[in-house]
Parts: sequence; structure tokens; C-alpha cells
Amino acid sequence: MRIGSPKETYAADESLFRTRTQWVWFGILLLSLVLYPFMANLYWLYLVCLICINIISATGLNILTGYTGQVSLGQAAFMGVGAYTVAWLDNNASTPFIMNLLAAGAVTTVVGIIAGLPSLRVKGLYLAIATIAASFILQFIFINWESVTRGTRGINIEPPTLFGVEFDNPDTFYWLVVPVTVVMLILAANLFRTRVGRAFIAIRDRDISASVLGINLPLYKLMSFAIASFYAGIAGGFYAYFYGSINPESFPLLLSIFFLAAIIVGGLGTILGSILGAVFMTLTPELLRYGVDVLEPFVHDASALLSPVRTMVFGLLIVGFLLFEPHGLAEIWRRIRRFFHLWPFRN
Amino acid sequence: MTILEVDGFSLSFGGVHALRDVSLTVAEGSITAVIGPNGAGKTSLFNSISGFYRPQKGRVTLSGQDVTRVPAPRRAAMGLGRTFQNIALFRGMTVMDNVKLGAHVRMRTGPMSAMFYMGRARREEVRVRAEIEREVFDFLEIDHIRRSPVASLPYGLQKRVELARALAMRPKVLMLDEPVAGMNREEKEDMARFILDVKEQWGVTVLMVEHDMGMVMDISDRVYVLNFGQRIAGGTPAEVQANPEVIEAYLGADDMTTLRERLRGERGAA
Repeated sequence: MRIGSPKETYAADESLFRTRTQWVWFGILLLSLVLYPFMANLYWLYLVCLICINIISATGLNILTGYTGQVSLGQAAFMGVGAYTVAWLDNNASTPFIMNLLAAGAVTTVVGIIAGLPSLRVKGLYLAIATIAASFILQFIFINWESVTRGTRGINIEPPTLFGVEFDNPDTFYWLVVPVTVVMLILAANLFRTRVGRAFIAIRDRDISASVLGINLPLYKLMSFAIASFYAGIAGGFYAYFYGSINPESFPLLLSIFFLAAIIVGGLGTILGSILGAVFMTLTPELLRYGVDVLEPFVHDASALLSPVRTMVFGLLIVGFLLFEPHGLAEIWRRIRRFFHLWPFRN
Repeated sequence: MTILEVDGFSLSFGGVHALRDVSLTVAEGSITAVIGPNGAGKTSLFNSISGFYRPQKGRVTLSGQDVTRVPAPRRAAMGLGRTFQNIALFRGMTVMDNVKLGAHVRMRTGPMSAMFYMGRARREEVRVRAEIEREVFDFLEIDHIRRSPVASLPYGLQKRVELARALAMRPKVLMLDEPVAGMNREEKEDMARFILDVKEQWGVTVLMVEHDMGMVMDISDRVYVLNFGQRIAGGTPAEVQANPEVIEAYLGADDMTTLRERLRGERGAA
């Protein structure tokens, strides 16, 4: 336990960052996020934007699966709903992009609540199957509701503009997606300082004692689905704006599994886990490709030879995490922190 | 004044009769105990009162209101708190979060204000925190472990945290399912003292299931005895101890002296 940070009020003891050190680190993080675009090239800015979109979606899924214990494989399809909402509004209404994003969140929330209805009856694997079914239904709608989605041809989205600035490139888009991600992460962290977040965790840990304490299980399960799909909707909206075009292939079931893997690798039931997991899952394939490029001059026909190896290494890393660090990257982070708290003394 | 009344509960699972026409009344401000041999239906009775099981027949009334059709979470909100035989804490959470969950029904924050954590949500969290510190942690002497994860605590303390969580609800009726099972003598004495204090300082009515005869006879105002799902006796501890049917249920024969000795011995222990 940490000592040496006395508090005079309960409010201070309940705050998000409890020590000054934490505030300092948070400040340093924000500062480096501000400075980053001036130092990175377009490709690395592109990666950060993509990471942010993935973080938003993974955070939503972590609230639902990691904190509330409701396994969902529909996160990608929910993102699709958000993306198509933005696309439709962009093409058919001249509403500002902030409105479009919020509408994407709202529409996805409603869809998420409906898709979450089976959770009132089933849990675990059965719920996972039910959400897969929901995502197939949504996929079917994306393909066949041609008047709205333009079917398999896909649909184009104009880049968003604000105060005359066009967010059409990663270097401008960065300033849009990064602040929203930071805000959404703080909102998610706040949730778990209150009765709502505690109720979610109670449902995950022991739903029977949760209901003895007066927690309305159906209400809170659906609330969790609603919040998770709101996050997915916002992430999907950003996705649509970021890539400028979407089609039903953009949101396959595999993407839902990608998010599930991200929160497992990152750490179920921690906000930090959603961040680390999304960063890991997005960056590792890129870094492995980088590795292949480095080996190119030394190995004959490296790219053809090493590409399959790259996928295998990625898979092995995920399996490795499940085996050796089931609490995910967040736990490794916590261990490192603990080490430096005690350093140079040993416990 | 009767605060909780069970009228003719009958509950069966398939062909097994867990409860047969069980009735009991709990007076406001009393400690009422339900005893009986293993499999007598005590926990079934508790689960029926708190709303997990739906008895095929019978009614239950809480502070004059018929709650037979009311679902479990609503009954909790109406002031029915309980603990479980095998501790049902949320093991991954800290003591603080577990106890705060007890106050869930007394709080109003919705998801929106929770996420922004401003104004009402913040005030409510801080107010409940202060209340818990003042009323519950001090009372049960668990303020030193408030940040410990529940899973790391010894059994006796876990039982106490579960009681703390139930008290944070500020229940009208507190149902304790075997509050001292598996405890050593010292822990039992502590728990018995806490239960008496809950009754006297908090004015909470206690209904408990317990196997420890010594404690039941010492602190209860009224005792009901179940056997094979039926109520075979009810009255003050002295009346129940003298009831030949009770003695037979416990020993299988009317070996009065052995039971009396056993009771005396256990009372001395607790």
C-alpha cells in the first residue's frame, strides 16, 4: 500500500488521481500528446489516429465484457451502425459533424440495447452466440438495405470540417480524435467511481448477491450494453470519417474478435487495459512488418517468406499472454509501478 | 409490532417438499432465530423471504405491506437486508467498494451524471463515503482494512465485512444466514456482540439462521424450529429448549439429559 499521501477530506480521497505524482504524469502525458504531431511523420500520425479509434471501441467493450461480465462479439457490428449513421447523415443531411457523431452514438445505443436483450436470459457462451447472431443480422442489413447503405458498393463520406479546417489527413484528424479519446476515457474511469460502475462489477462477480443488494439486474445489464454500444458508435463514426468510405466488409466478425483479444491482452476490467490492449493489437502487426523490412537485405525473398511468420508471431504473442499473464498488460504495468514505488528498497 | 410476517409458506422442488405450511412472525426490534437440523429448510425459508424462491403457497408481509409478488431487488430496497451462509462478497473488490455497494439502493446517481462525476454524483459519493466511515466502519472496527481486497482477508473478517455491507443498506430487517458458522470462539463472541449492538444501537430487527445453540439461546428473543420443512416449535429460548419434539428432532430420541448438557456446554463456550 502507498503511504505518505494524507488526505483531509473524503472528496480528496475519492479523486481520480490520488497523489501529486499521478497528476504530474498525467500532465506529462497530455503534453506529449500535444507535442507528438510536431515530431511524428504522417504514417505514425495515421497509426495514432487508428489506435485512438480502437481505444474508444475497446473501452466500450471492456465496460461490457471486462467490467459487467457480459461477453459480446458484436462490437464491430455496432461500430458499423455508427459508421453508417454518420455516412447517411453526411450524404443526406447537412448537419455538422459533431451532431453526426452524437447521432451515431445515439443510434448505436438503441441498437445495442436491443441486441443486449438476450442478456436478460442467458450469459457466458450463450450470450456470445446471441451477440454473434445480432452481428450477422446487422451485417445482413448493411448489405441489403441498399437505399441507406448502398449495399456492397459502399458509401463515401466527406471529411469533417470545423471552423473552416478540414480534417482530411491524419495530421489534422489527430486533433479531433485524440481529445475525444481522452475525454471518453475519463468518462469511463469516472463511471467506476460511482454506484453505476460498482453495480456493473457486482453483476460480473456475483449476480445473485447483486440482486440481494437491490441492484436491478436487467436495467444495469442493458445500461452496460447501451454504454458499450455508445462507445462503439462514436468509434464507428470516427472510422467512417477517417477512411472516407465504408462498406459491409469494413466491420467483419473478425474485428469483434480483435477487440475481444485487445481487452484480454490489455486486461479485463481495467481502463488502462483497454488502452494498452488497443495499442498492442494495433502496433504489433506494424512493428512486425517493420522487422520484416529490416531483415529484407539479409534474407532472400524476406517479405514473401516472413509475412506468414509475422501472423504466426502475432498469434503466439496473444496465446502467450493468455498463458503467462492472464491479467494482461495492465498487470505488468502495475508490477512495474510497484517496483519503482519501493525502489531502491525491496519488500 | 410485527415487522415481518410469513404466512403458510409451502415450497417444493419437483417432488421434494422443502417447506410445508411454515408461518412465523418477527417482532420489530427483536432478534428472532430459526434453527433446525441440516436439510430442515432453513435456507429455503430465507431464500423465499428474500425473494429468490417463489413458494407455491403462502404470503410474506414486510412492515404491513404484502411483498409476496415483489422481486428480490425491490424487497431489498424496501429494507430487507441479508447475508449468506457461504460468504457472498464480491471477491475482487476492496472492502470499501463492497460496503458502498450495500448503499446502492439509497443512492440515485444515473449513468450520465456518473460519467461526468460532477455536482450531484460527486456529492452523493462523498456523503455515502462519510456515512459509511462514521456509522459502519467505526462500529464494526474494520476501518483499517478499507482498502484491502476482500479475497485477501481471513474468514472471520470477511463475515464482518458482509455484515457491514448489509448494514450500509440501513435495512429494517436484517437476515443473517449462519453468522458465526466456522468461527473460533473469540470471533463468535465478537459477532454475537455486534448482532446485539445492531439490535440495540441501530434498532434493526434481526432474523437469523444459526447452528450454534449456545449463541441462539443466549441472544434470541424468539426461536422457531424447523424439521423436514415443517415448523415444529416456536417460542422463547426456554420454551423451545423444553419442547420434547425439538429434542427428538435434534437427537432422534428423547434423550433430554444429553441435549440439556450439550446446550449448557455450548452456551458456556459462546
